[in-house]
Amino acid sequence: MKIDRDKLLDIYTRTMRIAKTDEKFRSLLMSGKFASMYYTVRGQELVSAAAMAALEPTDYLVTTYRGQHDQIAKGVPLKPLFAEIIGKATGTCKGKGGAMHITHPDSGVMVTTGVVGSGLPIANGLAMAAQNRKDGRIAVTCFGDGASNIGAFHEALNMAELYKLPVIFICQNNRYGEHTAFADHTCVDSIVTRAAAYGMKGVKVDGNDAEAMYTVVKEAADRARAGEGPTLIEAMCYRMMGHFFGADFSYMPKEHLEEMAREDPLPRLRKLMLDYQYSEAELDAILADIDAEVEAAAQFAFDSPFPDASELRIDVYEEEIAA
Amino acid sequence: MSGKITMAAALNRAIDEAMAEDEGVILLGEDVAAKQGGGVFKISAGLTEKYGEHRIRATPISEQAILGACVGAALAGMRPIAEIMLMNFLTVAMDQIVNHAAKLRFMSGGQTNVPLVIRTTTGVGVGFGGQHSDMLEAWFAHVAGLKVVTPSNAADAQGLMRAAIACNDPVIFIENILCYGLQSEDPGANHIVPLGKAAVAKEGTDCSIITYGRTVLDALEVAGQLAEEGISVEVIDLRTIAPYDEETVTASVRKTGRAVVLHEAVKAYGTGAEIAARLNEKLFGELKAPVQRLGGAFSAVPMASALEQSWIPTKDGIKQAVHATMNWKK
Repeated sequence: MKIDRDKLLDIYTRTMRIAKTDEKFRSLLMSGKFASMYYTVRGQELVSAAAMAALEPTDYLVTTYRGQHDQIAKGVPLKPLFAEIIGKATGTCKGKGGAMHITHPDSGVMVTTGVVGSGLPIANGLAMAAQNRKDGRIAVTCFGDGASNIGAFHEALNMAELYKLPVIFICQNNRYGEHTAFADHTCVDSIVTRAAAYGMKGVKVDGNDAEAMYTVVKEAADRARAGEGPTLIEAMCYRMMGHFFGADFSYMPKEHLEEMAREDPLPRLRKLMLDYQYSEAELDAILADIDAEVEAAAQFAFDSPFPDASELRIDVYEEEIAA
Repeated sequence: MSGKITMAAALNRAIDEAMAEDEGVILLGEDVAAKQGGGVFKISAGLTEKYGEHRIRATPISEQAILGACVGAALAGMRPIAEIMLMNFLTVAMDQIVNHAAKLRFMSGGQTNVPLVIRTTTGVGVGFGGQHSDMLEAWFAHVAGLKVVTPSNAADAQGLMRAAIACNDPVIFIENILCYGLQSEDPGANHIVPLGKAAVAKEGTDCSIITYGRTVLDALEVAGQLAEEGISVEVIDLRTIAPYDEETVTASVRKTGRAVVLHEAVKAYGTGAEIAARLNEKLFGELKAPVQRLGGAFSAVPMASALEQSWIPTKDGIKQAVHATMNWKK
């Protein structure tokens, strides 16, 4: 299905901002410029870009520790993002959260949780606030296939449907929960079949198909805004590297690696852009802008000061703790 | 204002007042709406009729979903109140309380906060046994970012509840099943008791009993008995367990030179240990006797009444602890 040509360009820009940022972080880690736990989003760039392009900037997002793609796609600016991940005072969270806890309410990014599945009940609460206030906002939460086996997932889906909350549950099924293949941790073929258990609408989609992914999320957002309740979306995608950066992933079979390479969303999206009559030159110009933005963000982060030790007494409670 | 009010009615009034004042105040919990009778302990009776089912939400038996939803609503700027029927049931949602409600302000660098009240009830002495009776305040007092509150009388229950709802950080509000029927002088409308302020429930000069919740009543009764023996006991009701009013506690013990720390929760690793340790840090040279600690036995709370009454600190035990501080020979 065709989508609006400008919207596709928006998706492309978001996708490449994610890809270039991830590439930069991996390069910094490889070169030893900084050290950190880092969960690369390589392979899942387009899923988020297409999903977030279907939302309003004021909509709420709750994501997980592998959430950099979601955060960037939702609009978190790169300078404070880089600074946060490198642990600087100018970071989104003053260096107190780090990559696993990126928060940026101005972009709607309300929580990034390091606990699998915990974001779903929180998204319900954000949606409940919107429902009570009738302010037209919706809440979206992204999580992996592994999260569909934790209790919070099931409690949250039941409650969301019970109250017809304006929330979208996006399961990015990247086919591995940590080091365990999907079929070895889940007793059903598709996560989306679980929607039926809660009387919820469920949609399975090829997450690397920009047009399909955007359309499915847009429809779910329209339903949520119209008061028709939540949707569970299972977006099929691939985690193209290990669980965390530097981790062994020799447990992935050769056939799976080959399949991933064939399905890489970045060349696939580039081809789609050309089909939509964007020229190579136009796309390269966008990439050059993004490269400059990424370099400036990294430089900003490295040039920024570290947080002061007094920060340990601040933000524990509203009132500062006495020294 | 004249007349009496029960703790249950005082809590209902506090919530009612806060809901009337601010549309962002909502209540979530099992059985809390009108259809279910306004909660197992009737604390929300009459509120659905006034504020509707979107603000008084009866929930499934899903503590993670309840507390997660409250965290989310709080992040969006609402002031949710969760009723988690019994304190032991908080254990199935510890992730939302400890990893999320408590830490999001800090981990977000102060960009977000969680103005949430978690109401929960518990108590030893009604034969509810091992999974329905625990006082778990020490678990939560140990977590930076949470406040822990418990009233010992109806007027404080009303005032502390208003303060807890107004607080911009998460508050664990512990109610005691045995205290719902307790009556106080009616404090009237819009009564507020600030968090973090202890009450001197009874003044005295010889020994301070530092306690909170239901055991304040025991301490006051024992203090009355000891007065007949000529021992003047001061009773401090912490009201806010964490962070507690160290200034009032230290001043009291500086005056009396003797302290007994008393709580219903298991003594080992309890909040009494923290209070005793801080008294030692502050007043080591001034103490006339070692700080005595009283708390529950190191076992699950038993069902049989005979065992249950041995499990909690007895009034005789409290008296003996005060005597031990009075008779201490260096």
